[in-house]
Amino acid sequence: MIYENYMRILYVDLSTAKIRIEKREDLMPYLGGVGIAAKLLEENMHPELDALDPSQPIIFAIGAGTWIFPVLTKTVAMFRSPLTNELGESYAGGRLAMTILMAGYDAIVLLGKSPKPVYLQVSNNDVQLKDARAMWGLTSEATGQAIRDRQTGGGKRSIIRIGPAGENKVAFASVCVDSYRHFGRLGLGAVMGSKNLKAMTVIGDRSIQIKDTPKYFKIYQQIFKKCTSTDMMSKYHDAGTPINIAALNAAGALPTLNLQTGTFEQGDQISGEAFAKKNLVRKLACTGCPVGCIHIGMYRREFDKGHEYEAISVSYDYELIFALGSFLGIKSSDEIIALIDEVEETGMDAMSCGVCLGWATEAFMNGLISEEQTLVKLAFGDSDSYLQAIRYLARGKNKFYRDLGQGSQEASLLYGGSDYAMQIAGNEMPGYHTGYGALVGAAVGARHSHLCNGGYSIDQGMKEFDEAAMVDKLYNEEVERCMTNSLIMCLFARKVYDRQTILDSLNSVGWDLTDQDLTEISKRIYRTKLRIKNAYGFRQKAVKLPRRFFETTSMHGPLDEAVAQRMIRSFDDKNKSLMTEEDSLLLAKETAKKETAKKETTPLASGTGK
Amino acid sequence: MPKVLKAAEMNKCIGCFTCMNICSIVNRQNHSINKSAIKVRTTGGMTGHFVAIVCIACQDPACMEACPSGALTKRPGGGVLLQEDKCIGCRKCEKACIMQSVFFDEEKQKPIICRHCGSCARFCPHQCLVMEEVEEI
Repeated sequence: MIYENYMRILYVDLSTAKIRIEKREDLMPYLGGVGIAAKLLEENMHPELDALDPSQPIIFAIGAGTWIFPVLTKTVAMFRSPLTNELGESYAGGRLAMTILMAGYDAIVLLGKSPKPVYLQVSNNDVQLKDARAMWGLTSEATGQAIRDRQTGGGKRSIIRIGPAGENKVAFASVCVDSYRHFGRLGLGAVMGSKNLKAMTVIGDRSIQIKDTPKYFKIYQQIFKKCTSTDMMSKYHDAGTPINIAALNAAGALPTLNLQTGTFEQGDQISGEAFAKKNLVRKLACTGCPVGCIHIGMYRREFDKGHEYEAISVSYDYELIFALGSFLGIKSSDEIIALIDEVEETGMDAMSCGVCLGWATEAFMNGLISEEQTLVKLAFGDSDSYLQAIRYLARGKNKFYRDLGQGSQEASLLYGGSDYAMQIAGNEMPGYHTGYGALVGAAVGARHSHLCNGGYSIDQGMKEFDEAAMVDKLYNEEVERCMTNSLIMCLFARKVYDRQTILDSLNSVGWDLTDQDLTEISKRIYRTKLRIKNAYGFRQKAVKLPRRFFETTSMHGPLDEAVAQRMIRSFDDKNKSLMTEEDSLLLAKETAKKETAKKETTPLASGTGK
Repeated sequence: MPKVLKAAEMNKCIGCFTCMNICSIVNRQNHSINKSAIKVRTTGGMTGHFVAIVCIACQDPACMEACPSGALTKRPGGGVLLQEDKCIGCRKCEKACIMQSVFFDEEKQKPIICRHCGSCARFCPHQCLVMEEVEEI
């Protein structure tokens, strides 16, 4: 808790509707965010039980600098992923982080399962479980609207909710946060669904007096200036992340037609420029971010003859355009918006959804699955079929769609086509066929996301591939991000928040940290994550990569499986060596504890008459 | 010439809430947007439009008229200035403002009224908020 020497944790047991608050001094060495979330997950997890077992916890945590400094806007969610069956870790922006801070918590731990559909309402002087039976089955937008209409607190309130896919426990169901942001990856939506939890709303309006305004405000202004007056973040506001579509397509790194190729012939029709010209109507920001990278695209859909139109608007980004665009051969920005809208309403991770449909299309073309199973003729470029397939997938229409809803790895094990089920350790691939950085990075990343260690970015920055240097860079980034994800910084601000800026900011609001401390913190958190993964049964060396990755030429030329596997082993060795390293701070605490225990037990020992 | 705050181009607003944060920091030394004299709200969630609710700098302020203790005085250029030590926390100013731009600090039991210092406008990343020069009437 800011300005305090403890973390304040809210536990809600959905089975019994009982709550509990803990003040945890011992969590301070984990800084906040992913640090405390990982520790709380480790304490509450049940590795022997299924990911969707009612006793599995969901942890939400905010960071050490949430809202207090610009662009520290994210909330982390940790859970056991029903998609990969191991570490679930997902980030969302929006207004959630600020409201949790203002409601007076560092983390919220959800346990158990409600007997009936409910939504959880958290505020700074109240926690309530409210009836959500009537909301069960509603789309994510309708759910948000229903809660907004029932409750006061607009402006300082966040509403997160699942759609039908989460209720039906699609393994990659997402959670929508304040309309345009998401806990997208790894299936938090299904975990909420398994708990009969349709939504959570947080209202925060407590007062937090600043301890040293001149010191704090000086640093705030420096950071604010870097965000708004330099070019460090301007590209994210301008055309946004989709600006990369053209560049990656030109480099042959844009996964297209289920990664049969890295180049999309109609790439210019779905580029960032095309969206900006044709569809962009508005830009928005997460609360506390002066940049505003959220791009809202709109298209006019004719829903009936006689000039009957409606306006469909969604937030679009690079990853969505890749997954529901080039990957499926969709040739226009309007069609991509229609697909994003459907994924949004049903509540699924756009990346996993698109990549699963890519596999299904190819498996259908190869005769591994029939139209009796798919119910529509899946074909690259046919957005109408995909719209229907997305609805079937979210609702678990038949056995095939329920199987596909377990992810492309699971589905390909049942129906065949594993060589082109484009997942990495169970999580569907991100939109970068840039080289070993992206591929190995996702394989070794703690949650198998491109954002674990930014391998795609390292690929783009490395002219000549150097195997050892690549492994080092991936490893250093993986560890460092454990610390930055404890602030919790939006990754777009990674150039703004260098180590010195992080120290200056946190130390201006009551922390007393050194550069060495930040290193220790990042390693401490990473070790915690590795322990959790190990307990869940994840074995790094057992990860098999689909053959397609090595058949389709990447931006760095053809990739060799032997090299990728060697890099994975080398990364794993680094992990093993880190696990044997001693944590100086925790060691010192242990020793101190033992000393005290010894002193306390001495008189008792003498009293036993020995 | 005196200046007053105008929420002139809210169509440019991205909803970052920086204005509220800055107002609370500068004027109340607090991290809570509850302490801000300007409120950015959405009309119907994130899909709606942004509006700024803030003192519009009346030349003939109803809030001042309603104040029984003389805590509000006319500000050059429009609006009012609050002398907290004279305020009894009766909330009559809050009720008198038909623009609903007088807020109330529940903790301190005093109204929160924009004093047109311009800090929010200085930090507004998209110039939705501006300080405009006005003729003294």
